[in-house]
Amino acid sequence: MVKVFVGVESDFEDRGRRVIEYNDTEIGVFFVDEEFFAYENKCVHQGGPICQGRILNRVVEVLADDRTSQGLTWDEEDVHIVCPWHGYEFNIKTGVHPGNKNARLRRFDVSVEGGEVYVDV
Amino acid sequence: MDSGIEKTKELPVQEITIDTDTRDILARETKYQKEKGFADWPIVDIDAHHSEMTSWRQVIEYIEDPILLHYAREFQSRTGGAPGLSNHTPGLRYQDAGGRIPHQQQIAEPVDDKSVHRDVTLVRRSMQALGLDYQVLFPGNLLQLGTHPQPRVEAHLALAYNRWVCDTILPEDNRIKTLLYLPLGEPEVCHRIIDEFSERQGVVGFMITSVRFKPVHHNSYIPIYRKLEERNLPLAFHAGLTWTDEWTKQTDLFISMHAISFVLCNIVHMTNWIIHGLPERFPNLKTIWIESGLAWLPFMMQRLDSEYQMRPSEAPLLKKLPSDYIREMHFSSQPIETSNMKLTEATFDGINASSQLMYSSDWPHWDFNAPSTIYDLPFLDEQAKRNILGENALRVFNLDRPAGK
Repeated sequence: MVKVFVGVESDFEDRGRRVIEYNDTEIGVFFVDEEFFAYENKCVHQGGPICQGRILNRVVEVLADDRTSQGLTWDEEDVHIVCPWHGYEFNIKTGVHPGNKNARLRRFDVSVEGGEVYVDV
Repeated sequence: MDSGIEKTKELPVQEITIDTDTRDILARETKYQKEKGFADWPIVDIDAHHSEMTSWRQVIEYIEDPILLHYAREFQSRTGGAPGLSNHTPGLRYQDAGGRIPHQQQIAEPVDDKSVHRDVTLVRRSMQALGLDYQVLFPGNLLQLGTHPQPRVEAHLALAYNRWVCDTILPEDNRIKTLLYLPLGEPEVCHRIIDEFSERQGVVGFMITSVRFKPVHHNSYIPIYRKLEERNLPLAFHAGLTWTDEWTKQTDLFISMHAISFVLCNIVHMTNWIIHGLPERFPNLKTIWIESGLAWLPFMMQRLDSEYQMRPSEAPLLKKLPSDYIREMHFSSQPIETSNMKLTEATFDGINASSQLMYSSDWPHWDFNAPSTIYDLPFLDEQAKRNILGENALRVFNLDRPAGK
């Protein structure tokens, strides 16, 4: 296990990211809701650069009590990272696809020490 | 390091947008091919696209009919609609999933080289990134032209596009090939196109856009097929989407319409093609079914075999089972379905994929496949991978073997 320097904590804006390369492994580190999350920049679908995709809230469908559809809207809490190759989406905090629990991004631990952000590789 | 902390470097592209260079978008594939050791294999992409509508002002100048040319020029200045004379489907705007897939939305990257058309540079970049030796290039929106309400306009736009692509794109790079559009709405124009363009650089065959509603076995098309067979020119059926027929009109989301329509059109055409005995009438005509994926083929083979054996009197030209004819056809690989690898393997076995299947990217569309999608299939041996990625296409299109490969 190697501790890899990513950047300075104060440089990360909310929903900001830093995509780095260490020894041929590309890693995306995201700052969302005051927390850091890190994943390999490799989509489980076809190897696309998942960490270089758009960050969007999850889309949900609103059902009334009688189960009739009231249309689509943004989920206020769940944030997704979207693969720019084909659109696979993953919860940015869990790395899991919303409809396929077996589709999971490879996750790395992140630590903050003295205002500096590191990932364990 | 003494501190135990390793330094890293930031990737030059932090977020991929419509302005990102194609080679940066596809960098992971380039890297993967080198890691796995198949970057030096012959790889032929038999289905990729460029956006002819961005060059529409140039294309319409090739329209030979003076009145249609006048309308096309006039329509250019109108706002809010499709580019002049085309029947571009507004629903296509959904393809990039609301901006989630930037390369589908727009390829807006800078291109400094003014010595060739911008599309030539973009094609070269995708070929470099995907490790391709040849790429068969198709238009985009013109694939809808088979449903144009004016057959005469379909024919003249096909003529104009074909002339433009043969004059502007294909001569610039011998690695760029195409299967030219045949406007079946006007069969006599199809003959003109075959006669005029079959010897042009880069033309390796012809293509019928599958989104059309006239049966492909109609007698008016038979001389076209005969001419293609006599000249040993492959015929492709390129699938597409439609949101206007009675079935797809019931699907109110792009995902539903796209999943069905890209297959439904070729299901209909293949059924007519086989049941009406076209493979018996033109045994040496190579047919290629493009962009319907592969999962539909086991269904077709079993369904048609079952019904044919009960009703041979309705298909008297057939001398063997429909699946036997299907196994002699060719297919492009994209968009490959792999969520159940056992079914994928059975499909490959059923269609004799090792000799009949040809890799296609569909780049830059949202559901493109890189060559690694074939390389990574766990049930293929190396020779089968080589065949599908390149060798089959070299044979089918009679392409020169890339130097050193």
